[in-house]
Amino acid sequence: MTKRILIRGAALADGTTTDILVADGLVAELGAGLSDAGASVVDAAGLIALPGLVDLHTHLREPGYEHSETVLTGSRAAAIGGFTAVHAMANTSPVADTAGVVEQVQALGDAAGYVTVRPVGAVTIGLGGTQLAEIGAMAQSRARVRVFSDDGKCVSDALLMRRALEYVKTFDGVVAQHAQEPRLTDGAQMNEGALSSELGLTGWPAVAEEAIIARDVLLAEHVGARLHVCHVSTAGSVDVVRWAKARGIPVTAEVTPHHLLLTEDLALTWDARFKVNPPLRSRDDVDALRAGLADGTIDVIATDHAPHPVEEKESAWSDASFGMVGLESALSVVQASLIDTGVLGWVDIARLLSSAPAAIGRVAGYDRGIAVGAAAEFTLVDPSASREFSTEELRGRSVNSPYLGMTLPGRVMMTVHSGYPTVVDGEVVATEFVAAAAAESRGFTRG
Amino acid sequence: MRHLLSTKDLAREEAIVILDVAEDMAEVAGREVPRLPALRGKTVVNLFYEDSTRTRISFEAAAKRLSADVINFSAKGSSVSKGESLKDTAQTLAAMGADAVVVRHPASGAPDVLARGGWIDAGIVNAGDGTHEHPTQALLDAFTIRRRLHGAAARGHGLDGCRVTIVGDILHSRVARSNVWLLTALGARVSLVAPATLMPVALDRWPVELGYDLDAAIAAGPDVIMMLRIQAERMHDAFFPNAREYSRQWGLDDERMAALPERSMIMHPGPMNRGLEISAGAADSPRSTIREQVANGVSVRMAVLYLLLSGAMEGKA
Repeated sequence: MTKRILIRGAALADGTTTDILVADGLVAELGAGLSDAGASVVDAAGLIALPGLVDLHTHLREPGYEHSETVLTGSRAAAIGGFTAVHAMANTSPVADTAGVVEQVQALGDAAGYVTVRPVGAVTIGLGGTQLAEIGAMAQSRARVRVFSDDGKCVSDALLMRRALEYVKTFDGVVAQHAQEPRLTDGAQMNEGALSSELGLTGWPAVAEEAIIARDVLLAEHVGARLHVCHVSTAGSVDVVRWAKARGIPVTAEVTPHHLLLTEDLALTWDARFKVNPPLRSRDDVDALRAGLADGTIDVIATDHAPHPVEEKESAWSDASFGMVGLESALSVVQASLIDTGVLGWVDIARLLSSAPAAIGRVAGYDRGIAVGAAAEFTLVDPSASREFSTEELRGRSVNSPYLGMTLPGRVMMTVHSGYPTVVDGEVVATEFVAAAAAESRGFTRG
Repeated sequence: MRHLLSTKDLAREEAIVILDVAEDMAEVAGREVPRLPALRGKTVVNLFYEDSTRTRISFEAAAKRLSADVINFSAKGSSVSKGESLKDTAQTLAAMGADAVVVRHPASGAPDVLARGGWIDAGIVNAGDGTHEHPTQALLDAFTIRRRLHGAAARGHGLDGCRVTIVGDILHSRVARSNVWLLTALGARVSLVAPATLMPVALDRWPVELGYDLDAAIAAGPDVIMMLRIQAERMHDAFFPNAREYSRQWGLDDERMAALPERSMIMHPGPMNRGLEISAGAADSPRSTIREQVANGVSVRMAVLYLLLSGAMEGKA
């Protein structure tokens, strides 16, 4: 299927208007008044074309937790969110700590065809924090793993973290650290502060995150390795990363959309949809995270999409699971917290959600954005849309979104991955069509 | 009053109504047949996810004196501990026609989840949730203080100007939290005394004074000193070195009791660790209100159930 798609009159992130001609999986031409011969035409007037979004932090739950999400359902959620690539975290069952598991996850992603699924390998066997996993085997497997993380758990042992940084460097990889000092957060339920004291919920102190980041940037400096910090959530963490970067330490950091918009006072509802790890923080932290994005301290926005079945959220707060789904809402939340507030522009968003995460994860094809000859990976967004977010907006298997009932701006109208559409007219393309297009695309690439 | 979930959102006037109704209930307790027909035909479920014989029998006695039917549902060791969710349990109780559910739960906020979940229509009474609140304990403490201060003329009064010092494991105490909100709403001045390890963080927004020194607090001559139960196991989490040191620094021993003014009341929510946070001499002295607290607990809980189920405070709280 060497189908041609002509996008008519889209605005690029920098504000220029252009047609986009897609052919043979690539952006074939850019410019005004392109020929529509043999192409299906999409009217993109009023829409912004962003390079395909790349999520550095997604929980797809398969294998092992298919009642929460599968590679297929999570891929559909990603597509409707404007994503064309996701990094699937390793805390599955079995854990993605061998070449076999990461190859399986990648194969499931390829078969689904909605996005490029890049498996993340575990740093330690079974996320146990005691013995290194077969990082070399995963790096050299068909999945070519480059991001290693025990996410959900912190690599808290200082010696093991040092060795992991060194060993992963051997394979051009990066350790993505879930920064959470375990002893300081034993039983923790929400941000530690005045509100946790009032509610009688065990606090998750900011220092438990900041102390690990401080230790790890110094370790990274000492051994000359790359470090990536997952879901930075506190003002103090932003300060530590800013200091490390000024010192020349090769550290990158991510922030989630929910930490850019929501605050801890939502715990007053006792609604466990707002329970997440790291927890929602204070207004001052939210402001510091936004400032960290604005001054380049924080490199990427990543969703930490964490699906859970309803029963794991319909309980008392401390009995509920941590995590929220975020793929479907990410771009809208980013627009609400950064664009509509004037903190950043769309060019910045294209970097934070596409080229920068792709560079960290070593995902090819995203370095030039929407450019002639680049892989056709992009999404069309209607920034003037406004919608009450509901479960109707979700395309994954789980509905634990904190935004249900909130009005959010913006809407993804189309997503193109590997030259074929995965979202058309604001709706996910049917599974069999996408799978067929993906198969054809793979054959085409090989041929 | 639809539910009683916390004292944080209880206004002074509402609290005084509850305490005044509790005075009426206390009069009933003095009768030959201490029983009212007020809640005949109503069903009260005691849903206890934690062992607490004292609180459960207090609620049971309260409901029975109002002629309600009482179902005791000890969730510990039942279907619930085998994985039944709060939601399923709530729906089961709804199907049984519960009019009020008195819930004790180890997780903070569980009664709020029951009240807001839409699974059951009954009034919810928080009988202690995690380290959050224990509103009926605070109400019975306030009732006890008010009676000692004003005797038979207590009705209508708050606790204005009364100085209350709460000592011990504030961090883990739902009793302390409920008392801070309720007693200050009633006009009392509350101070908290504990080692810094057992004080919650960021208390600057609480309407209290903070101190570490029990002797200084006693020298200030409080009207009430309330000793909280300390669990000796806390020393394993490095909250304090050992029971001996805790007792020496923050225990109410005979010497410290002697240093208190004659009018000072000694309170304890029970169960006590005699010799640890309170000496036998202090617990058994005439200044101790500990046995009154137990008796008053029934009256206060009668008042709460009555106000919840009779619709007497409809539209409030």
